[in-house]
Amino acid sequence: MGEVMADDRLSAMLLEHEIRGFLHAEADLLDDRRFPEWLDLLAEDVRYWMPITRNVRHDQSALEYTREQQDSCWFDEGKETLRQRVQQLQTGIHWAEEPRSRTAHLLTNIRIVSALPDAASAKEVEVRSRFLLYRNRIHDETDILAGKRLDHLRREEGGWRISRREIRLDQSVLLAKNLTTFF
Amino acid sequence: MDTLNSLVDLQAGTVSREIFVNDEIFRQELERIFGRAWLFVGHEDLVPKPDDFFVSRMGTESVILTRDRQGKINVLLNSCMHRGMKLCRSDGGNTRAFTCPYHGWSYSTDGRLVETPGELVGVPGFATHYRGELDKKSWGLVHCPRVVNYKGTIWASWDAKAPDFEDYLGGFRIYLDAALDHRDGREGGSEMVGGVQKWRVKCNWKFAAENFIGDLYHDISHRSVDLVGIGPSGGKGRRDRPRGRTTIGFPGLGHGGLAELPHHAEPDYVATYRNHPEVEEYYRQVHEARVRNLGDRLRVTTGTGTIFPNMSFHGRQPRTIAVFHPISPTEMEMWRIYLVDRDAPQVVKDVARHYYLRYSGPGGMTESDDMENWVYATEASMGPVARRFPYNYQMGAGHSQPIPELPGGFDGGEYSEQNARVLYGRWKQLMEGGDWDALMAPGSHAAMEPAHG
Repeated sequence: MGEVMADDRLSAMLLEHEIRGFLHAEADLLDDRRFPEWLDLLAEDVRYWMPITRNVRHDQSALEYTREQQDSCWFDEGKETLRQRVQQLQTGIHWAEEPRSRTAHLLTNIRIVSALPDAASAKEVEVRSRFLLYRNRIHDETDILAGKRLDHLRREEGGWRISRREIRLDQSVLLAKNLTTFF
Repeated sequence: MDTLNSLVDLQAGTVSREIFVNDEIFRQELERIFGRAWLFVGHEDLVPKPDDFFVSRMGTESVILTRDRQGKINVLLNSCMHRGMKLCRSDGGNTRAFTCPYHGWSYSTDGRLVETPGELVGVPGFATHYRGELDKKSWGLVHCPRVVNYKGTIWASWDAKAPDFEDYLGGFRIYLDAALDHRDGREGGSEMVGGVQKWRVKCNWKFAAENFIGDLYHDISHRSVDLVGIGPSGGKGRRDRPRGRTTIGFPGLGHGGLAELPHHAEPDYVATYRNHPEVEEYYRQVHEARVRNLGDRLRVTTGTGTIFPNMSFHGRQPRTIAVFHPISPTEMEMWRIYLVDRDAPQVVKDVARHYYLRYSGPGGMTESDDMENWVYATEASMGPVARRFPYNYQMGAGHSQPIPELPGGFDGGEYSEQNARVLYGRWKQLMEGGDWDALMAPGSHAAMEPAHG
């Protein structure tokens, strides 16, 4: 019995290690501006969604984020439009990113909240994390965007793929002039 | 400070950089423009039920847009009359009374309790500490004297003497209608997608107003998105091909846009949204209904437009409202609200929302590049040397033609800076002060006079 427990805990640790490694490598691709390779990490049916955050009374927290598939938001993307965004970056005349931003995706508090069917043979995982996206460009243009990420990963042929990313930005009024980097 | 005539020289077609960066000019704008003009403050869909409220802005000031128990929409200054505390720090909600967290004064808009909206109804210690001597009637919240609901959009002015809103819109009204009416021609008929995008941009607010009043010349800004192609029918470009766009401006009002000239017959249907057959079918049916509904009435379609001073709209693809709230001479807070036909099938609304969001807003593949230009134009205009050299607004000067169907309206042709001259001409008139009778008098067409005599 004790050995089974140990195996479960080991499986969970190994899975978390694997997923953390995947997410860190993904962040490297973004910060190294290897966007086409980043796209390869997204499932074909990926949903990349970033609601707007609102200031609401303590007992109205259901209204804090705009509703998925119904309300306005900052991003509501599938793979096709994310691919278009990468193409736009590659034109060299996407002025908001010309010259390119320097970004550092700092990822922390990575925690697996569910693994299916189980940790030892996980095909799908749900991962929570915090991000701090530092962006600096030209001389003094600096954005520090922090928040929560809820990712769904799916094991496909060739490795893990991101099938869903929900980004909750901890700002109601966006304090950046635009959002031309990926989260 | 330089005289207004040297700051905005319509004869020469130049505008000083000072009006985009100068603190003193900014302070005067807040008084003379934002303290008097009709300002867009929100949409009725933000406050659908009694006691709903939404916190908005007028100039640099926070205001509460609220629907009272009688259904009327009021606009109140979001500042307690006792010590100035900001009453509502949330973005919206529903409340019977606005109670200040500082000393507890509370205010109501319920017409059964109060004579004027925002009257002071609750004062802790009124009988004991104040000995019943406080004149509650004179310490109600400051309420905006002029508020209108125009086809769902809410507008307000601090100036009790401001002209009626429809007169303020004048002949340009037909273009705003084209954005707010149902695509099939029925009045009103649009609704807003829930939620308001709000973001800060370190540029003068007028860059945005100028951009949307009619600057087709800035196409190079968007070449990258055009190369990729994000339009709803596929292929290159940002949208389905617009019909006969031209520069339409009203120098006596300060409004203008890129749109069609008015006409009586509905042009033949051209398929749009071809990537989405269900949506394309919807617009085909809407076209047929429009032909029936409008008969031979005068009609237009709208591309973009600006209502002086700081509200702009896209009427077609995308279909949205933008507001440019001044924060400082070199910073604004931009808002975007998205519109769809209220009774459209869900799939039409969904496709529209996705398209709008990949086009507009800070994450929009088109709009993100606009902000780059506005921000760095502002930054590069701040130095004392740069400020000596005005911007050039000479394109198309002296080539505008009156539009017979629209008194006071001028057609500048497809590529023209006519509408920027319209905007800054009106800006100058408001900054000069003067009463509304003079401001609304017909014949103020300085923006149309030819350059260089």
